[in-house]
Amino acid sequence: MKSFEEILELLKSNFSGENDISSSKEGTEDIINVSPSLIKEVSKFLASTEGLEFDSLILLSGVDDENGEKVKQEDESIDITGGTLSVYYHIESVKLVHKLILKVSVERENPVTTSVSSVWGCANWHEREAFDMIGIIFNEHPDLKRILMPYDWEGGYPLRKDYRNPEFYNGMKVPY
Amino acid sequence: MSNTITKNLKTDEMILNMGPQHPSTHGVLRVELKLDGEKIIEAEPHIGYLHRCFEKHCEALTYPQIIPYVDRLDYLASMNNEFGFVLAVEKLLKIEIPERVEYIRVITGELQRIASHLVALGTFGLDVGAFTPFLFTFRDREKILNLFEITCGARLLYNYHWVGGVSHDLHPDFLRLTKEFIDYFRPKVEELNGLLSYNKIFIERTANIGVIPVDVAINYGVSGPSLRGSGIKWDIRKNDPYSIYNKFDFDIPVGQGLAGTLGDCWDRYFVRVLEIEQSLRILEQAIAQIPEGDVTSAIPKRVKPNEGISYARVENPKGELGFFIVSKGGVQPMRVKVRAPSFVNLSVFPEIAPGHMVSDVVAILGSLDIVLGEIDR
Repeated sequence: MKSFEEILELLKSNFSGENDISSSKEGTEDIINVSPSLIKEVSKFLASTEGLEFDSLILLSGVDDENGEKVKQEDESIDITGGTLSVYYHIESVKLVHKLILKVSVERENPVTTSVSSVWGCANWHEREAFDMIGIIFNEHPDLKRILMPYDWEGGYPLRKDYRNPEFYNGMKVPY
Repeated sequence: MSNTITKNLKTDEMILNMGPQHPSTHGVLRVELKLDGEKIIEAEPHIGYLHRCFEKHCEALTYPQIIPYVDRLDYLASMNNEFGFVLAVEKLLKIEIPERVEYIRVITGELQRIASHLVALGTFGLDVGAFTPFLFTFRDREKILNLFEITCGARLLYNYHWVGGVSHDLHPDFLRLTKEFIDYFRPKVEELNGLLSYNKIFIERTANIGVIPVDVAINYGVSGPSLRGSGIKWDIRKNDPYSIYNKFDFDIPVGQGLAGTLGDCWDRYFVRVLEIEQSLRILEQAIAQIPEGDVTSAIPKRVKPNEGISYARVENPKGELGFFIVSKGGVQPMRVKVRAPSFVNLSVFPEIAPGHMVSDVVAILGSLDIVLGEIDR
């Protein structure tokens, strides 16, 4: 079992580079921020290094950070430009019983990161959900398609803060 | 001649759609099967038929308003769902809970676990062709629902656990009736074992079917009885104790491969049977220890947590249920994400189904004990 600081140091020494790995505190939780280009390598490292052995991904959640520039539209809805979308990875080691939270932030206009489904199998469906709901694109994902919404849904990503219902879906009126 | 007919016979691969309206899929789940004869080559579950935007709704509701919606995630274990959600909010608020409330939460949670397991065991038997055990388990589950009814008026969707407390105190007769239920119910587990667990036909249908190897189970995040069926001693109540679970003495039953291979459908089934006994043990201890006190004193007038994130998880009957809440400091959460155990447990299905027969799909789905309410959210 390793402490948060030890894990952070270990990651920093293995993945050198400006701003690639950093830590922050949100509320009471310590978080390791990882750049999108590195997340797969970092995950592999965390899963396979002796003494860390994060063998299980508990939860992968996409979040719209709502930190861009907001413009109010005529119909009271808002448009957001700029800012970030984030992915939180809650991982843990069943063997060594320790937990960690990773966070990857991507630009709202270009939400591309790398899939970790080759490291943790359950990331497959979680990433599909993050894509479906928030619109984050995971490169190298084996089958990135919608999961909860219909496959032919073209109305956008429902959990984005500036989401608006489309008027029609397959000829059917959507708002009721 | 018949000889030439069989000689030129070709078996082609075919696609078979199972569901969405199929009784053994436990809801509206469609499984697309690629078959060679009766053998499964590939399987892909298609979900989302019950999607009702739970997470989007949460962003427009205050924290106490969300609790009735949480009930509807895993509608067979509403008490446990509420438990997880209020823990996550209380973690954000950093409030202390009266001891009596903790005991009430554990008692209702464990009763609900038994009720949920009874549905799981009964419907699993029903799936593979045994009708009688289903009636027996539902008869006993009814008694638990009666207990909940005198507690909060509702039989399935309670809105009982509130942030900081419970909506009101236990009924004066509740503890006596629960004790009576335990005495009544304990011998019934043996009855179920004789009827179903050691039934030769049942074992033929479930042993050596749908084996989840240990490494696959962990890699896919499988949790709850499905993980323990593969022989791993992993239970949030012991490994990451929440509430007052560290005060109780209970064991974690794991699969041992008694009927066939370790981690097969029968192992997952039998772990649930053994867990019922452990829940009864916790109940007995909790009833003996429960203190007097006010159950509504810590309920905040206004739930408005500070900015931050919190993740709280509980051991649900189906597995690890977690709530990830992102707060920006308002009375409404900015984001609520549910780690639904059934969602994660079902995602291992394409991995273990190939190689089995079509009829085994029913057994595998039944042994994973999925509830579509929390998969589709």
